[in-house]
Amino acid sequence: MNFDKEFDASGLNCPLPIIKTKKSLTDMESGKVLKVIATDCGAVKDMQAFADQTGNKLLSSTEEGGKYIFFMQKK
Amino acid sequence: MTTKKMAIIATKGTLDMAYPPFILASTAAALGYEVQIFFTFYGLQLLRKDLSGVMISPLANPAMPMPVPMPVMVQMLPGMESMATMMMKQKLKKHGVASLEELRDLCLEADVKFIACQMTVDLFEFDKSEFIDNVEYGGATMFMGFAGDTDVCLFV
Repeated sequence: MNFDKEFDASGLNCPLPIIKTKKSLTDMESGKVLKVIATDCGAVKDMQAFADQTGNKLLSSTEEGGKYIFFMQKK
Repeated sequence: MTTKKMAIIATKGTLDMAYPPFILASTAAALGYEVQIFFTFYGLQLLRKDLSGVMISPLANPAMPMPVPMPVMVQMLPGMESMATMMMKQKLKKHGVASLEELRDLCLEADVKFIACQMTVDLFEFDKSEFIDNVEYGGATMFMGFAGDTDVCLFV
Protein backbone atom coordinates (compact mmCIF):
# COMPACT_ATOMS: atom_id res chain seq x y z
CA MET A 1 0.00 0.00 0.00
CA ASN A 2 1.22 3.50 -0.78
CA PHE A 3 1.97 5.82 2.08
CA ASP A 4 3.29 9.33 2.58
CA LYS A 5 5.09 8.98 5.90
CA GLU A 6 6.31 6.18 8.15
CA PHE A 7 6.57 5.96 11.92
CA ASP A 8 8.35 3.06 13.57
CA ALA A 9 7.04 2.46 17.10
CA SER A 10 8.93 -0.83 17.54
CA GLY A 11 9.88 -1.46 21.15
CA LEU A 12 7.49 1.16 22.50
CA ASN A 13 4.71 0.17 24.85
CA CYS A 14 1.30 1.62 25.74
CA PRO A 15 0.47 4.49 25.44
CA LEU A 16 3.49 5.64 23.41
CA PRO A 17 2.58 4.08 20.02
CA ILE A 18 -0.76 5.94 20.03
CA ILE A 19 0.55 9.25 21.36
CA LYS A 20 3.42 9.28 18.88
CA THR A 21 1.13 8.22 16.02
CA LYS A 22 -1.03 11.21 16.84
CA LYS A 23 2.08 13.42 16.83
CA SER A 24 3.17 12.01 13.47
CA LEU A 25 -0.25 12.80 12.01
CA THR A 26 -0.21 16.39 13.27
CA ASP A 27 1.88 17.89 10.48
CA MET A 28 0.31 15.79 7.71
CA GLU A 29 -2.32 17.01 5.30
CA SER A 30 -5.83 15.59 5.22
CA GLY A 31 -6.09 12.42 3.12
CA LYS A 32 -2.38 11.53 3.45
CA VAL A 33 -1.46 8.07 4.69
CA LEU A 34 0.78 7.23 7.64
CA LYS A 35 2.36 3.80 7.98
CA VAL A 36 2.94 2.72 11.58
CA ILE A 37 5.03 -0.26 12.66
CA ALA A 38 4.59 -1.52 16.23
CA THR A 39 5.65 -4.49 18.34
CA ASP A 40 3.16 -3.91 21.18
CA CYS A 41 0.27 -6.34 20.60
CA GLY A 42 -2.00 -3.97 22.55
CA ALA A 43 -1.58 -1.49 19.72
CA VAL A 44 -3.88 -3.56 17.49
CA LYS A 45 -7.00 -2.72 19.46
CA ASP A 46 -5.72 0.71 20.49
CA MET A 47 -5.06 1.80 16.91
CA GLN A 48 -8.64 0.89 15.91
CA ALA A 49 -9.98 2.69 18.98
CA PHE A 50 -7.82 5.72 18.15
CA ALA A 51 -9.27 5.78 14.62
CA ASP A 52 -12.85 5.38 15.90
CA GLN A 53 -12.48 8.24 18.36
CA THR A 54 -10.54 10.71 16.25
CA GLY A 55 -12.12 10.22 12.84
CA ASN A 56 -8.84 9.23 11.19
CA LYS A 57 -9.32 6.16 8.99
CA LEU A 58 -7.52 2.88 9.70
CA LEU A 59 -7.11 1.55 6.17
CA SER A 60 -5.46 -1.70 7.19
CA SER A 61 -4.08 -3.57 10.20
CA THR A 62 -1.89 -6.61 9.62
CA GLU A 63 0.77 -8.72 11.31
CA GLU A 64 4.05 -9.68 9.67
CA GLY A 65 6.64 -11.70 11.52
CA GLY A 66 5.83 -10.39 14.99
CA LYS A 67 5.38 -6.80 13.82
CA TYR A 68 2.09 -5.02 13.52
CA ILE A 69 1.64 -2.81 10.49
CA PHE A 70 -1.01 -0.10 10.29
CA PHE A 71 -1.99 2.32 7.54
CA MET A 72 -3.80 5.35 8.90
CA GLN A 73 -5.35 7.99 6.67
CA LYS A 74 -5.49 11.44 8.17
CA LYS A 75 -8.95 12.96 8.58
CA MET B 1 -18.37 18.36 17.67
CA THR B 2 -17.78 19.72 21.16
CA THR B 3 -14.46 18.91 22.81
CA LYS B 4 -14.65 16.11 25.33
CA LYS B 5 -13.17 16.74 28.76
CA MET B 6 -11.47 14.62 31.41
CA ALA B 7 -10.48 15.47 34.96
CA ILE B 8 -8.20 13.36 37.17
CA ILE B 9 -7.48 13.75 40.86
CA ALA B 10 -3.98 12.40 41.61
CA THR B 11 -3.50 11.71 45.31
CA LYS B 12 -0.67 9.15 45.38
CA GLY B 13 3.06 9.72 45.12
CA THR B 14 4.49 6.25 44.57
CA LEU B 15 5.97 5.05 41.28
CA ASP B 16 3.19 2.57 40.52
CA MET B 17 0.42 5.04 41.30
CA ALA B 18 2.10 7.82 39.34
CA TYR B 19 1.64 6.05 36.03
CA PRO B 20 -2.17 5.88 35.66
CA PRO B 21 -2.82 9.66 35.80
CA PHE B 22 -0.03 10.48 33.34
CA ILE B 23 -0.87 7.61 30.97
CA LEU B 24 -4.59 8.40 30.89
CA ALA B 25 -4.03 12.14 30.61
CA SER B 26 -1.54 11.90 27.74
CA THR B 27 -3.69 9.36 25.91
CA ALA B 28 -6.89 11.36 26.33
CA ALA B 29 -5.09 14.46 25.09
CA ALA B 30 -3.96 12.50 22.01
CA LEU B 31 -7.61 11.61 21.41
CA GLY B 32 -8.52 15.27 21.49
CA TYR B 33 -9.76 15.61 25.07
CA GLU B 34 -9.19 18.73 27.12
CA VAL B 35 -7.56 17.40 30.31
CA GLN B 36 -6.83 18.69 33.79
CA ILE B 37 -5.08 16.87 36.62
CA PHE B 38 -5.59 18.07 40.18
CA PHE B 39 -2.62 17.03 42.34
CA THR B 40 -3.28 16.84 46.05
CA PHE B 41 -1.68 15.27 49.13
CA TYR B 42 1.05 12.81 48.06
CA GLY B 43 0.21 13.35 44.40
CA LEU B 44 2.05 16.66 44.71
CA GLN B 45 5.31 14.70 44.62
CA LEU B 46 4.64 14.07 40.93
CA LEU B 47 5.07 17.77 40.20
CA ARG B 48 8.65 17.94 41.47
CA LYS B 49 11.31 18.92 38.95
CA ASP B 50 13.29 15.94 40.21
CA LEU B 51 11.21 12.76 40.18
CA SER B 52 13.99 10.49 41.46
CA GLY B 53 12.34 10.46 44.89
CA VAL B 54 9.24 8.76 43.49
CA MET B 55 9.68 5.18 44.63
CA ILE B 56 7.87 1.88 45.00
CA SER B 57 7.86 -0.27 48.11
CA PRO B 58 7.14 -3.97 48.42
CA LEU B 59 6.12 -3.30 52.04
CA ALA B 60 2.39 -3.62 52.69
CA ASN B 61 2.05 -4.49 49.02
CA PRO B 62 1.53 -8.26 48.90
CA ALA B 63 0.34 -8.04 45.28
CA MET B 64 3.75 -6.87 44.02
CA PRO B 65 5.38 -9.68 42.02
CA MET B 66 8.80 -10.51 43.48
CA PRO B 67 11.60 -12.48 41.78
CA VAL B 68 11.90 -14.59 44.94
CA PRO B 69 9.45 -14.87 47.84
CA MET B 70 10.48 -12.31 50.42
CA PRO B 71 9.34 -12.21 54.03
CA VAL B 72 8.14 -8.84 55.33
CA MET B 73 11.00 -8.84 57.86
CA VAL B 74 13.44 -8.75 54.92
CA GLN B 75 11.45 -6.17 52.96
CA MET B 76 11.80 -3.66 55.78
CA LEU B 77 15.61 -3.70 55.72
CA PRO B 78 17.37 -0.46 54.74
CA GLY B 79 17.89 -0.14 50.99
CA MET B 80 15.09 -2.50 50.01
CA GLU B 81 12.89 0.35 48.77
CA SER B 82 15.66 1.74 46.56
CA MET B 83 16.36 -1.74 45.24
CA ALA B 84 12.69 -2.42 44.45
CA THR B 85 12.47 0.97 42.71
CA MET B 86 15.59 0.31 40.67
CA MET B 87 14.31 -3.11 39.62
CA MET B 88 10.91 -1.72 38.69
CA LYS B 89 12.47 1.03 36.58
CA GLN B 90 14.66 -1.52 34.78
CA LYS B 91 11.57 -3.62 34.10
CA LEU B 92 9.64 -0.64 32.74
CA LYS B 93 12.53 0.28 30.47
CA LYS B 94 12.97 -3.28 29.23
CA HIS B 95 9.31 -3.40 28.22
CA GLY B 96 9.43 -0.09 26.37
CA VAL B 97 7.24 1.71 28.90
CA ALA B 98 7.90 5.45 29.04
CA SER B 99 9.52 6.99 32.11
CA LEU B 100 7.40 9.24 34.33
CA GLU B 101 9.41 12.24 33.14
CA GLU B 102 8.65 11.40 29.50
CA LEU B 103 4.93 10.89 30.12
CA ARG B 104 4.73 14.10 32.12
CA ASP B 105 6.45 16.00 29.29
CA LEU B 106 4.04 14.47 26.77
CA CYS B 107 1.14 15.70 28.92
CA LEU B 108 2.54 19.22 29.03
CA GLU B 109 3.26 19.19 25.32
CA ALA B 110 -0.39 18.23 24.71
CA ASP B 111 -1.61 21.11 26.90
CA VAL B 112 -2.78 18.99 29.82
CA LYS B 113 -3.34 21.43 32.66
CA PHE B 114 -1.71 20.66 36.01
CA ILE B 115 -3.28 22.11 39.13
CA ALA B 116 -1.60 21.81 42.51
CA CYS B 117 -3.79 21.91 45.58
CA GLN B 118 -2.78 25.06 47.42
CA MET B 119 -4.01 23.76 50.77
CA THR B 120 -1.81 20.64 50.72
CA VAL B 121 1.18 22.60 49.39
CA ASP B 122 0.84 24.78 52.51
CA LEU B 123 0.10 21.80 54.77
CA PHE B 124 3.31 19.98 53.85
CA GLU B 125 5.22 23.27 53.62
CA PHE B 126 6.41 22.44 50.14
CA ASP B 127 8.63 24.92 48.38
CA LYS B 128 7.02 25.85 45.05
CA SER B 129 10.44 26.35 43.50
CA GLU B 130 10.89 22.57 43.70
CA PHE B 131 7.90 22.08 41.40
CA ILE B 132 7.95 22.38 37.61
CA ASP B 133 6.90 25.76 36.21
CA ASN B 134 3.79 24.67 34.29
CA VAL B 135 1.63 24.37 37.39
CA GLU B 136 -1.34 26.42 38.49
CA TYR B 137 -2.25 26.62 42.15
CA GLY B 138 -5.85 26.38 43.22
CA GLY B 139 -8.45 24.76 45.40
CA ALA B 140 -11.34 22.33 45.22
CA THR B 141 -13.74 24.99 44.00
CA MET B 142 -11.51 25.91 41.09
CA PHE B 143 -11.17 22.22 40.18
CA MET B 144 -14.93 21.65 40.39
CA GLY B 145 -15.43 24.51 37.95
CA PHE B 146 -13.79 22.25 35.35
CA ALA B 147 -14.69 18.80 36.74
CA GLY B 148 -18.42 19.57 36.88
CA ASP B 149 -18.48 19.79 33.11
CA THR B 150 -16.38 16.74 32.18
CA ASP B 151 -17.17 13.48 30.39
CA VAL B 152 -14.69 11.46 32.46
CA CYS B 153 -13.65 12.21 36.04
CA LEU B 154 -11.29 9.88 37.92
CA PHE B 155 -9.83 9.67 41.40
CA VAL B 156 -6.41 8.00 41.52
